[in-house]
Amino acid sequence: MISEQAKQELAAVLGPDYVKDDPQTLVTHSYDGTPMLQSLPDAVVYPENTEQVSQTLKVLHKHRIPLVSRGSGTNLCGGTVPVQGGVVMVMHRMNRILEVDLENLTATVQPGLNTKQFITHVEELGLFYPPDPSSMAVSTIGGNIAECSGGLRGLKYGTTKDYVIGLEAVLANGDILRTGGKLMKDVAGYDLTKLLVGSEGTLAVITEATLKLIPPPKFKKTMIAMYKDLHGAARTVSKIIEARIIPATLEIMDNPTIRVVDDFAKLGLPRDMEAILLIEQDGDPAAVERDIERIESICRGESADRVEVAATPEEALKLMTARRSAFTALARLRPTTILEDATVPRSKIAEMVLEINRIAAKHNVQIATFGHAGDGNLHPTATTDARDQDEVHRVEAAFEEIFEAAIRLGGTITGEHGVGLVKAPFLEWKVGAAGMEMMRGIKQAFDPHNLLNPGKMFAKATRKRVVIDRG
Amino acid sequence: MAATLKLKLDYDQLTNCMRCGFCLPACPTFRETGVEAESPRGRIALMKAVADGILKPDQAFEDQMNHCLACRACEPACPADVKYGQLIEQARDAVEDHTESHRWWIRAIRKTAFKGVFPHQSRMRLLGKALKLYQGTRLKQWTQRSGVMKLFPEHLQQMERILPDASEDGVVARIGAEHKAKGGAAVAKVGLFRGCIMDVLFTETNVNTVKLLGEAGFDVVIPDVQNCCGALHAHSGEADDARELARRNIRAFRAAGVDYIATNAGGCGALLVEYDHLLQGDPEWREAAAWFAERVVDVSELLVRKGRPLAFESKEPARFTYQDSCHLRNVMKSSGAPRTLMNRVAGAEFCEMKEADRCCGSAGIYNVTQPEMSGRILEHKMEHAEATKAEYILTSNPGCLLQMKLGIEKHGDPGRMAAVHVVDFLYERLKRD
Repeated sequence: MISEQAKQELAAVLGPDYVKDDPQTLVTHSYDGTPMLQSLPDAVVYPENTEQVSQTLKVLHKHRIPLVSRGSGTNLCGGTVPVQGGVVMVMHRMNRILEVDLENLTATVQPGLNTKQFITHVEELGLFYPPDPSSMAVSTIGGNIAECSGGLRGLKYGTTKDYVIGLEAVLANGDILRTGGKLMKDVAGYDLTKLLVGSEGTLAVITEATLKLIPPPKFKKTMIAMYKDLHGAARTVSKIIEARIIPATLEIMDNPTIRVVDDFAKLGLPRDMEAILLIEQDGDPAAVERDIERIESICRGESADRVEVAATPEEALKLMTARRSAFTALARLRPTTILEDATVPRSKIAEMVLEINRIAAKHNVQIATFGHAGDGNLHPTATTDARDQDEVHRVEAAFEEIFEAAIRLGGTITGEHGVGLVKAPFLEWKVGAAGMEMMRGIKQAFDPHNLLNPGKMFAKATRKRVVIDRG
Repeated sequence: MAATLKLKLDYDQLTNCMRCGFCLPACPTFRETGVEAESPRGRIALMKAVADGILKPDQAFEDQMNHCLACRACEPACPADVKYGQLIEQARDAVEDHTESHRWWIRAIRKTAFKGVFPHQSRMRLLGKALKLYQGTRLKQWTQRSGVMKLFPEHLQQMERILPDASEDGVVARIGAEHKAKGGAAVAKVGLFRGCIMDVLFTETNVNTVKLLGEAGFDVVIPDVQNCCGALHAHSGEADDARELARRNIRAFRAAGVDYIATNAGGCGALLVEYDHLLQGDPEWREAAAWFAERVVDVSELLVRKGRPLAFESKEPARFTYQDSCHLRNVMKSSGAPRTLMNRVAGAEFCEMKEADRCCGSAGIYNVTQPEMSGRILEHKMEHAEATKAEYILTSNPGCLLQMKLGIEKHGDPGRMAAVHVVDFLYERLKRD
């Protein structure tokens, strides 16, 4: 509960309409895109500008009230569930594009801006912002920055962190911090910009971002390769990279995913294949043609059963639809869909997929795997039912082993979703005791009273996935 | 009410929502407000919280359920295929059993309309007669001049002004109940679902629907014992009344032995195709409801898919645009057929408006019960419509048609722009040899 006094001070800063603590508002800010997590905040605030964010944080700092800042709440790591109550700050009113600088090829935007709206806007100006999280129609730029979102183009173009070059953020005590700028080079001190990208709202509240834009590719071509042998598909991934070709997109779907997608989208996918690779290259037409030809011969060399290059944009779209349908198709199988995010070096893709299948069978749970093969980022996705406690426990045990396997293969527990609440118990596996110590020190420096998104990233040394109901 | 909600809500559907948020950008009320509770994900969270006992179903809950347009744009956007339309109807059904909060005029309208008028075709006729009398005599001028209408809320005054001329005769009285196909053997036998409001306020559209179907090679029958589809009842939480109306309609069309049941109102059609869901708890009617539901099809879809091809031409060059009926698009899954037909009009130019697939704010009687939100949505809609510079806004549903008329009256230029039903537009431009 927050005191009447604190509430009045918040209302004085934000206006009474933008501080809410009615049951309806609290319930609708008690969750995000992560299954099985829910926890009520004590109040929800909707700031309009940086000054209000700063003043709000001053009030919260004075009263030692925790804050969770959020965009559209599409994240899958429990990152925006207010597990310790306090105030949820919704950034939706701060949703403007402040500037697109055509001389510097940068854009300056507010955090609540919808990602797809932003991408559409820059594309209309003949420019390109590559990060393309699957949630972009819903998600906000601020949320993308907080979680360092990736997407289908990460392999060639990098992820959100590669495009954030300047930030304005409000610290836990209400001070306003500015980092970077419209600069392509800047080594003045520690790189606080990069530190804040992916910090999951635990270090500061981002209030403005300067993003790098690039010229769009002139041409693209799409192809699909099908394999009866998973290792053939995996070797193809390594061989393509080894041949110094970096495709714009290089995606994999395993057999369970192929079957589900085909049941759903009726695309006539080969149900007997162990894996499908979906490959897209963009750039200058001649270079693209040459790359696609070489990729095709690599696929055949690795005994691909069938290789199809899309002749028309419609055909290309059909191929991409297969990949994009994966989530939708899986979501319809069972009531609860848990989409995870284990990542390994690209040379270990086959081993990891086999490990996932072995672990799923061992725990008797359904897990289908698809993902960004080109950057080693896999999405093992469990379809289950939250009401079946026994099955959910088996799923949790399976994922724990999957993360263990990823680490063992030189990988990580998350490639683009973030640690949040869900993977906090596993963070130490990846970064080690010294890493945890450093991270705690950084957290302490930014947020000495642990007010910003408490309970995330740093777990109380448990290794189990937690299901919390503060209802 | 919590207990009733628990009883009426489909808990499986509530569990199926995985809170991914994909529905948010599709939702018009979320778009207007940016408030999570005003989104499908938010509303489902509220329903689930009530069912789970975390939230008391208070006035705010009731208001939020009524704030939804039920346009169902969230359903095609949902990866998990959550049947949101059924959930919101179940929630409203539960709310309706308990509410004591309706404003006096909503209560009055509901009681007379839902129970006293819509279910009775003869009373609809009478309403048409009364309305015609009112519109045809000096009474209308008197009410408008005298200021009596000022006793009513402003949006009702506006509605009164744009209401088209009513007809005391419905389509059957005008042209009879049975019509033979033109140009040779019939392609199929179609039963026309004439609707209740449709047949009083848009009798001409029903007449034109029959004629277009005839030209395209269909035998058409209009079973005279059919009645209101029950959509307004179902969407407003009066499910029992809706089911009774459904049974009567099924009986009427079964007796007529038709191959298809054609509708020209997206709102009605969406409930008609879901009669099997509506009656799913009624084993006696399961088979008959399925028989009915699989035959329901929008008139445009029927003309494009099954009819003999028709040619259209416009005498003078015209630009026209199209406002999708949400229920036609999101529930009956028809958005291509009306466009295909419109694009066949030689000499006229079809010009797609931005966000044609977004609700216009009419949503059954939403524009009467929620005038503020409806007004905001309509304002955006008219900006997009104006931007096309079209002379005609075509629609496939009477509610949308009235709303577009209202939009032109409020935000447009009634001298330059007109709202017309697709069927009327096409019939007028039918190329006759």
